[in-house]
Amino acid sequence: MVNENLVKDVVKEPYKYGFVTDIETEKISKGLNEDIIRLISQKKEEPQYLLDFRLKAFKKWQKMDEPDWAGLGYEQIDYQDIIYYSAPKQKEKISSLDEVDPKLLETFDKLGIPLTEQKKLTNVAVDAVFDSVSIATTFREELAEHGVIFCSISEAVKNHSNLIEKYLGTVVPASDNYFAALNSAVFSDGSFVYIPKGVTCPMDLSSYFRINSGDSGQFERTLIIAEESSSVSYLEGCTAPMFDTNTLHAAVVELIALDDASIKYSTVQNWYAGDEEGVGGIFNFVTKRGKCLGKRSKISWSQVETGSSITWKYPSCLLLGEESVGEFYSVALTNNLQQADTGTKMIHIGPKTKSTIVSKGISAGNSINSYRGLVKMGTKAAGSRNYSQCDSMLIGDQASANTFPYIKSQQPNSEIEHEASTCRISEDQLFYLQSRGIEFEEAVSMMVSGFCRDVFNQLPMEFAAEADKLLALKLEGSVG
Amino acid sequence: MQTKMRESDPILEVENLFASTENLPILKGVSLTVYPGEIHAIMGRNGCGKSTLSKIIAGHPSYNITNGDIKFSGENINSLEPEERAQSGIFLGFQYPIEIPGVSNLEFLRVSTNARRKFLNKEELDTFDFEELVKEKLELVKMDHAFLSRSVNQGFSGGEKKRNEILQMALLEPKIAILDETDSGLDIDALRIVASGIKKISNEQTGIILITHYQRLLDEIEPTYVHVMADGQIIKTGGSDLALELEKKGYEWTDNFVKET
Repeated sequence: MVNENLVKDVVKEPYKYGFVTDIETEKISKGLNEDIIRLISQKKEEPQYLLDFRLKAFKKWQKMDEPDWAGLGYEQIDYQDIIYYSAPKQKEKISSLDEVDPKLLETFDKLGIPLTEQKKLTNVAVDAVFDSVSIATTFREELAEHGVIFCSISEAVKNHSNLIEKYLGTVVPASDNYFAALNSAVFSDGSFVYIPKGVTCPMDLSSYFRINSGDSGQFERTLIIAEESSSVSYLEGCTAPMFDTNTLHAAVVELIALDDASIKYSTVQNWYAGDEEGVGGIFNFVTKRGKCLGKRSKISWSQVETGSSITWKYPSCLLLGEESVGEFYSVALTNNLQQADTGTKMIHIGPKTKSTIVSKGISAGNSINSYRGLVKMGTKAAGSRNYSQCDSMLIGDQASANTFPYIKSQQPNSEIEHEASTCRISEDQLFYLQSRGIEFEEAVSMMVSGFCRDVFNQLPMEFAAEADKLLALKLEGSVG
Repeated sequence: MQTKMRESDPILEVENLFASTENLPILKGVSLTVYPGEIHAIMGRNGCGKSTLSKIIAGHPSYNITNGDIKFSGENINSLEPEERAQSGIFLGFQYPIEIPGVSNLEFLRVSTNARRKFLNKEELDTFDFEELVKEKLELVKMDHAFLSRSVNQGFSGGEKKRNEILQMALLEPKIAILDETDSGLDIDALRIVASGIKKISNEQTGIILITHYQRLLDEIEPTYVHVMADGQIIKTGGSDLALELEKKGYEWTDNFVKET
């Protein structure tokens, strides 16, 4: 047990992304009905098939019940009290970044995501999403030279309609679950990536999601298609201002990998988590799924989940192609009254498919941190293998950690391995580091990073450093 | 008890120290003064309070000082955090070094060394400069470079853990080192390596407290004083011959001693 007196007086680092950008926005009225959906579709000048997709999803959603199996505790969400479309007012058609409202550029600057030509990150192309719309995407021309399409999904609907029509909703059908149905009905923007055959994307692609309004939900939709023998690394970051109300974020991410293609999808999620009493914060109810459609294709999820009042997400892989590979590397850190229910589903359908799951949950304060996952071997998945490792670390004596691994095998010629452990940062370990001159807080963060090492090693370089810092920051003052 | 002319001020003064853990008294009036260049051996049965004394000097949070003082370089350190004590030059070599999974030994040693260097107003070392320094120190304890890339003490043999402790001592250059049964669990070769490491690190400016059960370490490192502890007190103090006598007669011999004040 960690001595409580040691740490009570440590100053708590405030959430540094909690500012609100004062900008004129175009919002539609609160509430959800067919007219609202028609309005969203109309604002985005969408083709008929997409409106039909939305309306069908909405009908399904109306018949569904909000899931409660995760046992998460939160007040009932009033879906009629949410604004489903909110966009900063700007010129109708923007031809270059110079025409983007400086306030928006400034906002992303402050978040460490400079967008302007002079300052933009040199090795990463960024799609910046502000509330319901994408405001800018960098490096588009450079990427286009390689045939890579990276743009907002609204733009893709206009310019690459055939791809959208072919793939949208094929990995996560509208009827998949309550929040996926809601997203399918009202999604506003998000990112679209297409990597043509044989192309290795010349730089990392990244989307940065920013929620700014307090009363609107964010429902983005991301679709990534990797054609035969192509590969891409995609990064996703998220922050939101501090409001004392809860904001709903219900995103859908679909990945499709064809023969020999590989997609690496990394997330650092730092939505506002609410205050110490659990007031405010984002409800992060997200459906992420990848389909390894092609032979020897590979989809790798890595995530660092530190924010949100409640996280409910299970980035999963459907392993259809022979010898396809699915990976899930996760660090979830919860503090104060945060709740996280996260994990993955590895559905082995094709033969000789392989999956790896490494999950590290850290719970501090009064938080609840659960791993929930499914490994399924289908009848045709002969010679398939899974390895899962789920480790939990408890900090303090009020936090809880759970592991719910579901295993289903219909194929005797397959292997499933599951390892789990729970540990606590011991007073002896802390004392050992302190007795070598290492400050208490640094000692804790060293041990937490050590605990997460296997996952951090999977993150792109710049993300790994950020993740390390983020964890240290989140833990400040939490050990007691 | 032999006396010696002392020109400098003491490094460590433990004055009539009483301490308890979970309301159980462990130390019942320990006094001990260490001057620069001195080596003090503390012997005594298991459970007599030797390890407790060493942990309290290093600032372990599980023990409460109920009476008495610990002074380091003349300053009272009763209320200092363990890291502050370590930074200012107190080193505790653990009887059972702790395993810390996932934390690389190299990074741990570097952060620790830099914390001490910062206190001494020395320049902090980056990874490359630190590698140079640590290479030189590895020689002292005959450790392989491969130890650095492993997690702190994880999967180390007993002897490797103890050598890792001495490596830390070499890097931190403490003013006083308390070595808690550093010799236990070592074979003869490892004992020699550890003992020679300790001798090379210590000098006229440093003080050493050796907590041990065995004469064999004291054959390698001759103590200035030998103290015998029993039931939370130092009951007898003598020169290095006291250890030889203890070795011959066993702790039973000390049972009838009363505390010498």
